[in-house]
Amino acid sequence: MKPLLSARNLTKRFGNRIACHGVSFDLWPGEVLGVVGESGSGKTTLLNCLAGRMTPDEGNVAYETASAGTVDVHRLSEARRRLLARTEWGFVHQDAREGLRMGVSAGANIGERLMAIGARHYGNIRQSASDWLERVEIDLDRLDDRPTTYSGGMRQRLQIARNLVSEPRLVFMDEPTGGLDVSVQARLLDLLRGLVDRFHLSAVLVTHDLGVARLLTHRLMVMQGGEVVEEGLTDQVLDDPQHAYTQMLVASILPV
Amino acid sequence: MLPMLRVSGLHKSFVMHAQGDLALPVLTNVALSVHPGECLALVGPSGAGKSTLLRSLYGNYRPQSGSIQVRHRDDWVELVAAEPRAILDVRRHTMGFVSQFLRVIPRVGAVDVVAEPMVRLGAPIKEARRKAEFLLGLLGIPERLWALPPATFSGGEQQRVNIARSLIADYPILLLDEPTASLDQANRDGVIDLIRQRRDQGTAIVGIFHDVAVRDAIATRTHNVALPGGST
Repeated sequence: MKPLLSARNLTKRFGNRIACHGVSFDLWPGEVLGVVGESGSGKTTLLNCLAGRMTPDEGNVAYETASAGTVDVHRLSEARRRLLARTEWGFVHQDAREGLRMGVSAGANIGERLMAIGARHYGNIRQSASDWLERVEIDLDRLDDRPTTYSGGMRQRLQIARNLVSEPRLVFMDEPTGGLDVSVQARLLDLLRGLVDRFHLSAVLVTHDLGVARLLTHRLMVMQGGEVVEEGLTDQVLDDPQHAYTQMLVASILPV
Repeated sequence: MLPMLRVSGLHKSFVMHAQGDLALPVLTNVALSVHPGECLALVGPSGAGKSTLLRSLYGNYRPQSGSIQVRHRDDWVELVAAEPRAILDVRRHTMGFVSQFLRVIPRVGAVDVVAEPMVRLGAPIKEARRKAEFLLGLLGIPERLWALPPATFSGGEQQRVNIARSLIADYPILLLDEPTASLDQANRDGVIDLIRQRRDQGTAIVGIFHDVAVRDAIATRTHNVALPGGST
């Protein structure tokens, strides 16, 4: 078995500031990797470099495609990278407005992804869109409404449906539960957990919430000042933290 | 007969960076082995490191040196410094852990909490639920609670859900951290019977049992965990 995604020595600078430095890891099929750390630790920059949305100054990202062998994500043509992003990948933004088309209906938001991978039969597309709305627990009578009329939690669930309808192999998630009410978060987490299990998804999940990381991820990387300071199995890192920064993060969780 | 679990030269200390890098040695040079059908009880004073040892065996704590080998799919797997996916595979197929507290998952009902390890092994959901219901019934969880998320259950009920969850997959190795701590007499006896049954069917068990009666009923041997510095 080969890793699905291999990052080697990724470094990204903004001017003189180093946003992420020397990050390397392998993501294996079926694994959910969490990247945790405070704001400004370089997590989102790393995610954008991994997904080809940003070009690193040094290092490379290799992705094992479904049928075309291993590709260097940053050496692909723009067209091929976009194709990959639509067909084999998903990207869930913290702000659902970035991941949705706000001017078209929920059904069209889901259907568009299917049409991008070649679906043409209108009835089938609408049926898939309905199935996915149901799966993410949105009432079917909202199928023809625009996401502008949705609540924050519903928009996030719609964004997830839009990403997963094309059955991606790898999903990048940037704070998917950030900015939502706690009760809405719990529902979304439970949903994501079920979907990851059921579709055997591989994912890289950026979050500053260690509770979210505990629930959704198998492995963790802890970032501080652009560097990975600790990594391991999620429960190892949270229950037996080794690095001073991780110990501080874990000790800062408020008990309920 | 080959052991299921063998440990040698195990060292584990905790370094507290917020306390000026204070180092607390907990396990020094631990060695033990457990065969199928054996139940090894870890004994020793509070603070001696029984839980630390048990958690290290599960790959939850990371020892600095030494060896923990687990017989996994007819092969030996070294858990000290193992890759996360190697440890996860051992946990999925070979080794179960009963902690004192259930880590609840929002919105997931007791039956599905219990069924999950079996579903992960590829069993059909219906079959896993049937077995989960059977175990919950055996452990005296009232049927009206089965569909509810265990967050609101009593401590004893949560503990029994936890036990059911770790018995459903028939792991060849079971690690038990005070499995009867918050149970009343009747429920405790039920749990003892279930664990003894597993032991007699060949499961290798390592456990911490503060209650001497429970220990006597389940354990076949004891392993003394000494306070660091040797002052027991």
